[in-house]
Amino acid sequence: MFDQLSGRMSKVFEGLSRGGKLSEGDVSEAMREVRLAMLEADVALPVVRSFVNNVKERAVGENVLDGVSPGQAVAKIVNDSLIDALGGAGAVPLNLSVPAPIPFLMVGLQGAGKTTTAGKLGLRLAERERKKVLLASLDVQRPAAQLQLQQLAEQVGARTGGLVVSLPIVEGQQPVEIARRAMETGRREGYDVVILDTAGRLAIDEPLMEEVRQIRDATTPAETLLVVDAMTGQDAVNTAQAFKDQVGITGVVMSRMDGDARGGAALSMRAVTGAPIKFTGSGEKVSALEEFHPERVAGRILGLGDIAGLVEKASEQLDEEEGERVAKKMLAGKFDLNDYVSQINQINRLGSISGILGMLPGMGKIKEKLAGKDLDTSIFNRHKVIISSMTEQERRTPGIIKASRKKRIAAGSGTTVPEVNRLLKQFDDMSTMMKRLSKMDLPSMMRGIGGAGGLGDMFKGMGGPGGRPPFG
Amino acid sequence: MAGFFSRLKQGLSRSNERINAIFVKRQLDDNTLEELEDELIAADLGPAVAERIITKFREKSFGQNVTSDEIRATLAEEISHVLEPVAIPFIPDPAKKPHVVLVVGVNGTGKTTTIGKMAHQFRQEGKSVMMVAGDTFRAAAVEQLQIWGERVNAPVVAGKQGGDASGLAYDGLKRATEEKTDILLVDTAGRLHNKNALMEELAKIIRVMQKFDASAPHNVLLVLDATTGQNALEQVRVFQELVNVSGLVVTKLDGSARGGIVVALAEKFKLPVHLVGVGEKAEDLRPFSAQDYARGLVGDTQK
Repeated sequence: MFDQLSGRMSKVFEGLSRGGKLSEGDVSEAMREVRLAMLEADVALPVVRSFVNNVKERAVGENVLDGVSPGQAVAKIVNDSLIDALGGAGAVPLNLSVPAPIPFLMVGLQGAGKTTTAGKLGLRLAERERKKVLLASLDVQRPAAQLQLQQLAEQVGARTGGLVVSLPIVEGQQPVEIARRAMETGRREGYDVVILDTAGRLAIDEPLMEEVRQIRDATTPAETLLVVDAMTGQDAVNTAQAFKDQVGITGVVMSRMDGDARGGAALSMRAVTGAPIKFTGSGEKVSALEEFHPERVAGRILGLGDIAGLVEKASEQLDEEEGERVAKKMLAGKFDLNDYVSQINQINRLGSISGILGMLPGMGKIKEKLAGKDLDTSIFNRHKVIISSMTEQERRTPGIIKASRKKRIAAGSGTTVPEVNRLLKQFDDMSTMMKRLSKMDLPSMMRGIGGAGGLGDMFKGMGGPGGRPPFG
Repeated sequence: MAGFFSRLKQGLSRSNERINAIFVKRQLDDNTLEELEDELIAADLGPAVAERIITKFREKSFGQNVTSDEIRATLAEEISHVLEPVAIPFIPDPAKKPHVVLVVGVNGTGKTTTIGKMAHQFRQEGKSVMMVAGDTFRAAAVEQLQIWGERVNAPVVAGKQGGDASGLAYDGLKRATEEKTDILLVDTAGRLHNKNALMEELAKIIRVMQKFDASAPHNVLLVLDATTGQNALEQVRVFQELVNVSGLVVTKLDGSARGGIVVALAEKFKLPVHLVGVGEKAEDLRPFSAQDYARGLVGDTQK
């Protein structure tokens, strides 16, 4: 659905002249694609505008070095600028330099993930900093919100030997009172950090914004963290502006980065609040909170792929041992239909192929090509059905499958003989390729895959100047 | 409907202010069109949909000397044209006892709150309601729904946290059938659509319910947060593919987000938008009106 920026850029750059300085025309053309890619990634319009203008200024007149195409030169400037804009130098640590108990305030819209983030933050502080953490829910709006934080605290507490505890719930107490009681308890019982989790609120809800100001004034938090859903659209600027103006923000946490949203809100947040993005939430487990990596998010926003994310996703979903077992068989040239089924299961676990392609840099072109051909992973499942109608012997030595066996298999699997033939032919091709691989005859294999004009190019491009992934 | 309209208007007021600023009386030229297109993009329609709508709009109105009201009316008409076919109210089938509604969505969109509000409204209409606390993952999600159950005086079928949601849904369906309940609302844990294992779990809930009643669930409602950007397209695509979503509920339209993604969704998937959430109160979950929404998006022409 999202055309990959790299694919588009490479088209634009095909027209760019080689060598010399980047002209304004060259850059403007490329910037139109950057603008579109950023808008599709949900970067807010005003933020896109100023970003594009900055990059234009930086790029026009820039010398294109020998051996680098103008396309790569512009793409590098775009990518570097984006990493800068997202915070560049890396994660900014939490402010732990005020006297204990250190108050942290969690704010954000409803459903952004504040409570879950509060729990994750508690775990992190306890595990990495050996801090004693008190969690307090000030959410008297949503039913059972306080109970949610209490249950999270129990979970996290159990993992940390009781370093994380929640403030006992007192029915009927109002948020500002709860905040005061939390700080009071924190002082009395020697907590290092007190995390105050507020109710979700709309930025335009005056009474609730006033309430969070009162909480802030009563506790003078060392950090006021705005929790933002990575799927947030254009409204990110309004939310960021309102919370910045009315409460003041010291840091941003992007939640749900384990989704497949391109996460443009991160750039909007950073641009509007000026506050660093401190963490990203990356899963449902309480340990799934990570430091922010600007370069990864930059790649996602531009559609250049997220290799690290792919590896993470792969390792999370794949059965490593099974993969290794099959790989060994492949290398030994003993790949059979049982192994093929195991591979299909792995592929299914990884999700749609186009999703995977989207995570690889430089795959834009291939993806476009495949999109036209109606890529359909259900073919694998048809194959699974056909194979399930084979005997164990047939699966291990497909060579024995001749006419009568084919008929039986087709009937048994509700398919047709030509379909069975196609599967066998494809399997045969795969086996041939694997035998080549086992002989480490990589070049001829690459020609085989690269027929579509993509994969082979990608591997060639890997060793490009500066070690950066290729952009075209 | 005045209440609904004014609330929606409040919710969308930011966009009104900004779009109004563009509507000085002048000839409708390229610059104006470009500004309008930008405004639609800023409302989350997405660059492609915004372009298409503006292109159609241009064909009708380019070069004319128009007042701001006329621009707004025509643009609203264009958008409402896209939305009208999907503005379909949610009406349970009284012949079904129970009419089973499975509520799904990514985390934090407001599934449980939506169920609570729907239950409240059906109870107001004198219907009997049962709820299944199928979010067995998130801490205190069960208690959250139980509190709604007490508020609206409707039974909540609940199990242990971490328990099997499909078994629970089966129990709920069985009990609701025995008690001839009008409507069974089944809550589920929020899940990101790219987590295959979790999506498979959702498909399992449906399969297990179908063992009891092959026609269940009669509706699968996907709850979407209006603050969501272009990723909503992917959410709808995957949920529709895997659990056969029958309609949408769009929540949090009372915020500063303009929910323009609804237009993009209507264009692409043509799924009914049954309900929109425009406020905290149970009554603030309303049927979706294409015209009101379109007018709210570009600025009210009948102030």
